[in-house]
Amino acid sequence: MDVKNYIIRQISVFSENKPGRLASIAKAFQEEKINILAFSIAEADGFGVVRALVNQPDKAFKKLTSLGYNVAFTDVIAVKMKDEPGGLFEIAELLGEAGINMEYAYAYSGKEAAVLIIRVDHLDEAVSRILTKGGTLLEAKVFS
Amino acid sequence: MFWDKGKETLAPGDLADLQLKRLKKTLKSAENVEFYRKQFSVVGIRTSDIRTLEDARKLPFTKKQDLRSGYPFGFLAVPLKQVVRIHTTSGTTGKPTVVAYTRNDLDAWAELIARNMTMVGLGEDDVFQNMVNYGMFTGGLGFHYGAEKIGMTVIPSATGNTTRQIEMIQDFGVTAIHCTPSYAMHLAEVAEERHADLPSLKTGIFGAEPWSESMRTELEEKLGVTAYDSYGLSELFGPGVAFECMERDGLHIWHDYYLVEIINPQTGEVMGDGERGELVVTPLLKEAMPLVRYRTGDVTFRMEDGCLCGRMQKIGRITGRSDDMLVIRGINVFPSQIEHVLLSLPEVGNQFMVYIDRVNHLDEMSIEVEMNREYFHGELQDLARIQAKVVKALRDVLELRTSVKLVEPGSLPRFEGKAKRVIDRRGEM
Repeated sequence: MDVKNYIIRQISVFSENKPGRLASIAKAFQEEKINILAFSIAEADGFGVVRALVNQPDKAFKKLTSLGYNVAFTDVIAVKMKDEPGGLFEIAELLGEAGINMEYAYAYSGKEAAVLIIRVDHLDEAVSRILTKGGTLLEAKVFS
Repeated sequence: MFWDKGKETLAPGDLADLQLKRLKKTLKSAENVEFYRKQFSVVGIRTSDIRTLEDARKLPFTKKQDLRSGYPFGFLAVPLKQVVRIHTTSGTTGKPTVVAYTRNDLDAWAELIARNMTMVGLGEDDVFQNMVNYGMFTGGLGFHYGAEKIGMTVIPSATGNTTRQIEMIQDFGVTAIHCTPSYAMHLAEVAEERHADLPSLKTGIFGAEPWSESMRTELEEKLGVTAYDSYGLSELFGPGVAFECMERDGLHIWHDYYLVEIINPQTGEVMGDGERGELVVTPLLKEAMPLVRYRTGDVTFRMEDGCLCGRMQKIGRITGRSDDMLVIRGINVFPSQIEHVLLSLPEVGNQFMVYIDRVNHLDEMSIEVEMNREYFHGELQDLARIQAKVVKALRDVLELRTSVKLVEPGSLPRFEGKAKRVIDRRGEM
């Protein structure tokens, strides 16, 4: 198993919490024909971080940086869930048993399955524990 | 290097004689001004009573407000036809203050600038770009004529169009620049963004705003210059009143031009060497607008140690004007202190804005500062940690709790003239 296959590069954008910022980021993606696969906003005290999984992360990074945005890549992993009642519970229980400490998570429900995207402390360990417990991780190439 | 070695290194006794002679002449001409005739008669002093330099302490102070109330020509000691130029101060409140110059005044002023620029090693081999306002602001024409006097190649570029400023520095091989420290920072940022090298630059003269030692390090590093502090105010001609020499440890104030006192701003009591207080100046060579014991509002002290360069007694660098001083919940805060703290924190940028509000009868100060790109790794916790660090660093220095908002890099206003970083909203309803 190569852990690298499961590590997905999330785009994290520092953004002030004011009207129009999200529109401006989304417009940049549209102009570059970048598709957003999953996305969330975290907010604290007047500023926040916009997180997104996109199909062309490097292009997205370049575009946003050229617009003056403060952008960074963050490594996350994506756990597949059943898109049915109990799907999240099954995975959450698995993660608990595997002793995975999440910093944050967000989810989306796509064509093939529901997906939980998580940011963890120790990526390598988390990947191997989830796989050992029988969880399914999406490979990074799914997102490109 | 000296422009006028004799005057610049006058022995204390000779200096005192010269000062007294010039003081008497100044007081005599001040009597042409109605304001001073009244001032002197109120305290019952005739100018002929002033026989020593110490006697000058009996004279009343002149305040900026007095000058304003004399708008426009109330302080002229000569007929207007002898006035060859007028400037006004940048007055942020109320009417501007008018300052006027006779031909001799302009010569004396240019002479001062010539001394200062020679003192930092500049001369006819240098190409000088003067990036300050050339209008009513004294910094433009003041430096211009002094620089021409010592034979520099002068580029009166004034302010604005930073890209063009950078091109001129490159194309003309500019070796020395003069601007506000905040504009210098902006220039450095723009040059960095465009990957523009400025290899010809060696000297930066920065003034019109107080700036810190950490700002000096930053500017020197970014622009490849040696940075010198220039102090002045329009009421005392303009820039050139005091200047750093190559030692860059305090400002040489020109005692043959200015009688210097440091007073306790509350009591008016004259203070000794080494004691911090308000700078009070009686100009000794001003014809059009003589001033007596002018309260500058600037806080400094007379330095006790002599200077290796051999020039006259120095004063400490100005850390802030009392006009800039903010009183937040009874605590005195200078914007320069905030700048100093922010410059010491690599996680945030150098630009900032300060907002002061009154919330439930309490003063609240909030500060916006830009994130440094390199310190954002994508996590909200990074930001929260940096925010907490800035709050703590500010509290340690200001002894005041502030709220800090991190904003996106490049989003705060850049200033080309005097920076207006403080928005006091306490008066608004």
